[in-house]
Amino acid sequence: MNPAVAWEPVASLATMRARAALLQRIRAFFATAGVIEVETPACSVHAVTDPALASLRTRFVGPGHPDGLSLYLHSSPEFAMKRLLVAGSGPIYQVCRVYRNGECGRLHSPEFTLLEWYQPGFDHHRLMDEVAALICALADRPLPQRRMSYAELFQEHLDLDAHGSGVTALRARALALGVPRAEALELPGRDAWLDLLLTHCIEPQLPTGRMTFVYDYPASQAALARVRPGEPPLAERFELYLGGMELANGFHELGDAAEQEQRFHTDLAVRRARGQPAVPMDRHLLAALRTGLPDCAGVALGVDRLLMWLTGARHIDQVLAFPLERA
Amino acid sequence: MASYSTNEFKGGLKIMLDGDPCAIVENEFVKPGKGQAFSRVRIRNLKTGRVVERTFKSGDSVEAADVVDTTMQYLYSDGSYWHFMHPESYEQFQADETTMGEAARWIKDQDVCTITLWNNVPLSVDPPNFVVLKILETDPGVRGDTSGGGGKPATLETGTVVRVPLFVQTGELIKVDTRTGEYVSRAKEA
Repeated sequence: MNPAVAWEPVASLATMRARAALLQRIRAFFATAGVIEVETPACSVHAVTDPALASLRTRFVGPGHPDGLSLYLHSSPEFAMKRLLVAGSGPIYQVCRVYRNGECGRLHSPEFTLLEWYQPGFDHHRLMDEVAALICALADRPLPQRRMSYAELFQEHLDLDAHGSGVTALRARALALGVPRAEALELPGRDAWLDLLLTHCIEPQLPTGRMTFVYDYPASQAALARVRPGEPPLAERFELYLGGMELANGFHELGDAAEQEQRFHTDLAVRRARGQPAVPMDRHLLAALRTGLPDCAGVALGVDRLLMWLTGARHIDQVLAFPLERA
Repeated sequence: MASYSTNEFKGGLKIMLDGDPCAIVENEFVKPGKGQAFSRVRIRNLKTGRVVERTFKSGDSVEAADVVDTTMQYLYSDGSYWHFMHPESYEQFQADETTMGEAARWIKDQDVCTITLWNNVPLSVDPPNFVVLKILETDPGVRGDTSGGGGKPATLETGTVVRVPLFVQTGELIKVDTRTGEYVSRAKEA
């Protein structure tokens, strides 16, 4: 026996009970709302192309695959769930473990629990209403909320034009705001500078206990959201911050197969340029989109972070039975 | 020169920053769900002791600092320098007043200290957590006082003054916590 081996769970038994209760109440909420629970594979031959996300890989060897089949662990169940929507599922939700390589810290674990749901006929604003209703139901009290566009967020907190400022102006603003070492930072572009300002300067300013919905992102940060033409064009994407913590990300979903394929190619070109691994784009999703995705909005919400907020935990490890170091 | 990537960052790691050796105090991974990842780091400058904050892009690397902690025996002070010896190599090192810092207040010959070497030159000296020192002078205490309440100043053999309980007398040995500078107990000869 080696007493130095830490085998015990990190989360307290009370926190584990809180997790069980949270999952039960999430399921009750969606049962009442008429949204059905689905399951999709955690392993896929395709992977997310987004350069900001790194997939973990594994390999199946067995009947039909004597030489092995390379598989990627999903970073979210989004692509598979969209295929169900195309197949006519109607409103669906899923609670599942998802996996992201390279992410570990106070608010990050390489595997975590995601709640993801889709509402046909909703746009991102209507889905924000439902997200707010869910959070208030789970918190057992109405929470104050504020909705602001990405432009308003940066204007109000940093007196900065998020859509019009170039890298030089963004770096200067970061320096003026006291972001240490901003003069020496080499970031891959405008969006990374916006991310720096968002995480270092805006998130800490967001009021505790308030839901802040941010919507209408720069088109360059559309991810899988549809882009509304205009000057500037805006991505119909939203994020929910609970206090200063990023909790959920939603889209008025892109349904255009050609544009989706174009975005996959752009992502892969960026990955190549940055020396990130090439990954196979999801051909199943593209085929499904060509059949026709119903107009819908979808959102993914970090269940572990929500549990942190409900239990007052400071570090994500405190709400996990066995975080990475004990996995 | 060796370097460390942000994935190697953790408390205690020694890196070069703006030409000075530093130790990472705390490293926080920061990343928007769909965005750029950063390492937000609190760093102690090992020369000045100042703690500063720095942000690195995930994947950036920094030069490693050739900083090692070694255990050495304190030999003597010549007034300007404090001399130490490595117990195995018998190599001797000297530290000036700045390098000694607080450690100079607590150590006497033979004490074993932690010397932090940067490029093989002492950068800082940490005394043992507890030292036993003789009281050179203190006012006679009130009879019957056995508690720690109140107390009185006592000058130790190193010249340092600490507060001690009233019952402790001149000539006695006491144990002191060097991290807080506080009296712990009376002591017997080590």
